[in-house]
Amino acid sequence: MTDTPTPDDGLLPSAPGTTPDPVQRGERHGMFGATAGADTSGYGGLVSPILFPGAAVRPYGGGFDELADAIEATSAAGAITRTVIDRGEMTIFVRREDLSAVMQALRDEPSLRFELCLSVSGVNYPTDAGAELHVVYHLMSITHGCRRLRVEVTAPDSDPRVPSVVSTYPAADWHERETWDMFGIIFDGHPALTRILMPDDWPGHPQRKDYPLGGIPVEFKGGSVPPPDQRRSYN
Amino acid sequence: MSTQRTDSSVFESADFDSHETPDIFAAPGEDAGARVFTAQGGDWDDIVGDVGSLPEERIVVNMGPQHPSTHGVLRLILELEGETVTEARAGIGYLHTGIEKNMEFRTWVQGVTFCTRMDYVMPLFTETAYCLAVEKLLGITDEVPERASAIRVLMMELNRITSHLVCMGTGGMEMGATTVMTVGFRERERILSIFEMISGLRMNHAYIRPGGVAQDLPAGSIQAIREMMPLLRKGFHELELLMNENPILKGRTVGVGYLDLAGCMALGITGPVLRSAGLPHDLRKAAPYCGYENYDFDVVTRTGADAYDRLRNRIDEMYQSLDIIEQVIDVLQGHAGPVMVADKKIAWPAQLAIGSDGMGNSLAHIKEIMGTSMESLIHHFKLVTEGFRVPPGQAYAAVESPKGELGCHLVSDGGTRPFRAHFREPSFNNLQAVAAMCEGSQVADVIVAVASIDPVMGGVDR
Amino acid sequence: MGIEEKLPAGFLLTTVEQVAGYMRKSSVWPATFGLACCAIEMMAVGTPDYDIARFGMERFSATPRQADLMIVAGRVSQKMAPVVRQVYDQMPEPKWVISMGVCASSGGMFNNYAIVQGVDHIVPVDVYLPGCPPRPQMLLNAILTLHDQIQNSKLGVNRVAAARAAEEAALRATPTHLMAPTHDHAVPAGRSLLA
Repeated sequence: MTDTPTPDDGLLPSAPGTTPDPVQRGERHGMFGATAGADTSGYGGLVSPILFPGAAVRPYGGGFDELADAIEATSAAGAITRTVIDRGEMTIFVRREDLSAVMQALRDEPSLRFELCLSVSGVNYPTDAGAELHVVYHLMSITHGCRRLRVEVTAPDSDPRVPSVVSTYPAADWHERETWDMFGIIFDGHPALTRILMPDDWPGHPQRKDYPLGGIPVEFKGGSVPPPDQRRSYN
Repeated sequence: MSTQRTDSSVFESADFDSHETPDIFAAPGEDAGARVFTAQGGDWDDIVGDVGSLPEERIVVNMGPQHPSTHGVLRLILELEGETVTEARAGIGYLHTGIEKNMEFRTWVQGVTFCTRMDYVMPLFTETAYCLAVEKLLGITDEVPERASAIRVLMMELNRITSHLVCMGTGGMEMGATTVMTVGFRERERILSIFEMISGLRMNHAYIRPGGVAQDLPAGSIQAIREMMPLLRKGFHELELLMNENPILKGRTVGVGYLDLAGCMALGITGPVLRSAGLPHDLRKAAPYCGYENYDFDVVTRTGADAYDRLRNRIDEMYQSLDIIEQVIDVLQGHAGPVMVADKKIAWPAQLAIGSDGMGNSLAHIKEIMGTSMESLIHHFKLVTEGFRVPPGQAYAAVESPKGELGCHLVSDGGTRPFRAHFREPSFNNLQAVAAMCEGSQVADVIVAVASIDPVMGGVDR
Repeated sequence: MGIEEKLPAGFLLTTVEQVAGYMRKSSVWPATFGLACCAIEMMAVGTPDYDIARFGMERFSATPRQADLMIVAGRVSQKMAPVVRQVYDQMPEPKWVISMGVCASSGGMFNNYAIVQGVDHIVPVDVYLPGCPPRPQMLLNAILTLHDQIQNSKLGVNRVAAARAAEEAALRATPTHLMAPTHDHAVPAGRSLLA
């Protein structure tokens, strides 16, 4: 058995504080996460921040330096606000105004050649003020040995607009429609941004955190069980 | 009824079941006064009589969502000119279950039970992709025992065979060849009984859990697999004899559903469709997981890019899966070992056994947690009620499923539940190719093209 | 309708009921209404291993106009609900509905915004079949239960009387959450759980 990997090996998940500036998104109250009902454990007053991995510092290791250099050499270099290396994956955060140019460069530059846009999906971080809606793009390059890259773009709730990448990656068509349907993120330039999973006249965007799960209480003989989002839970 | 036309004979014969409305779906610039006939019952001759008197010949036909040949609840909106399809659009969402949002309210292990029901024809692949992503988030990818990885490979390859058999069976049935379905499902039943022996269920198993698999292979299962293999080979050969050189089948599939490599790349298509266009891209070779680098198999590729080549690809992939299974069961028979990670704070605790009332916790396990070890009791209790916590971050793990690349993107906020779970389902992505494959062809080719993409609507809609 | 509408309750009507019931149950044609995972098990029932053809039911009718039985196999989403109702309305009488699987019976494990919590919100159900998914043998059991129901179903004036009686019983019935619990969950003191 080899030595226990150190955080610099990139094999351990990031413990809070191992990357220079972890990103805080919200905080956790209490120790056992009891969300309904009085917490009698005595730890109810505990407040701890939820720390996501922050910007990585060079050298990245694990082959990501070559990829980062290749991106730096292209026109996309200035658009990257943050690079995160975590769990063996590289994520670049891009300003939404520069997204189209970055995607074009990632697809067309011979050193990058990310031919496949595998998926476009949204994540809703309600506690991330000014960047509540994230759109995550997963790219893969078959030419360069199945190299993967994640591109992340943020948009605030007040202006949920992100440029569409359908002109670069036609595969993103339905994925962007699904992200609009589920999160309410408007993709400027999409040919037909309509609901795809919910009925056409459905109000609201279901996968947002402020949208309820929408279950009904389950009736048993002599009692009823509340739906999953209203039960006692340990989170 | 008011109209802009002068001949009233059409309206005198109009059936009360078909009513005329102005075109509310007209795009800006189109003639909103165009006549739209909505047929909701009544005599077909009356409706056609009304339509036939019009000079236009374009008809928009709704195929589905309830239709015997559309591979599930898929709505195909076809604009027809005679028998030729001028425009084809797919309407989906009829099976949207909100599984991804539901997973945000369940623990990490309970998520397996949910994600397994997305693509119900290949549940074990979805489970594996999810568990690989959870293990990546936990950082325990290297600590998953080799025996667990081998069992995962075994179950996945068996599932690949069953998925291809369902694809070919339903595809054959949709083309009118019912024997293909009976033969295919007969072979599938052999494998389903193996699944039942190992995991307890025929489908939607929830067998592959983060950290390993739920329980080890029971005694006699490897022997049962060995006995089944020659029967499967015979069954596949029977299917080949039925299909490969069948002139009707070739007439219906050769040249149908053509999508070349450029189209596949633009639309993000992976799986047998991409490999039928000539590119030998298979994640099991290109980015191996679960120990696939230790097994010897070929990536089946053809260059025709039509439905026939995809069919031949799938049959050959089934034979390749049999080869992999033979290698895996040799490995499994030779080496015993744990099937869950060693870390007791993550490993699913229950050792299951068949009791008088079905499958439940084995008595040995109950004796240990109640009588011997307080820690085991605590671990069991905490894991079942609260679940383990996963450090904050996000991860993406992908497997090569029978339909293409199946990826799972998980975001954790440090809690016992996924903060966000998103599945990159190959069926969802590949179904976008319907328009590219079908426009310009005949109506009957639409069915064949959709069958060759092999979408499973549970995966499309999630 | 026919002779059964004109007969008074009595021996002749019950004989007609039995003959009609036997005829109807021997050749039920299901409509192809497979939605999700249960559809795969329903297809398996049609294949030689479980063979629904021995009941005369292998002819799945694609058009609801010629179908007698709608097996709602799978979860019914909000988008699909109007389609379910429309297909049910297009079936001619006599028609029956089996809700196959827990998702069709009660919403199953998907207690959320997207799934109708039981297809009986939309169509009247004759047999509920739990399971996730139910084995093919369980589906055959449900079909045989339905065959018994069909065999014993009443016609004419008997049917009207039976419908009235069922309505009276339903109006007098206790709601589920006011019923007494089936088990007593309290474990008596001093008794080991491992006994």
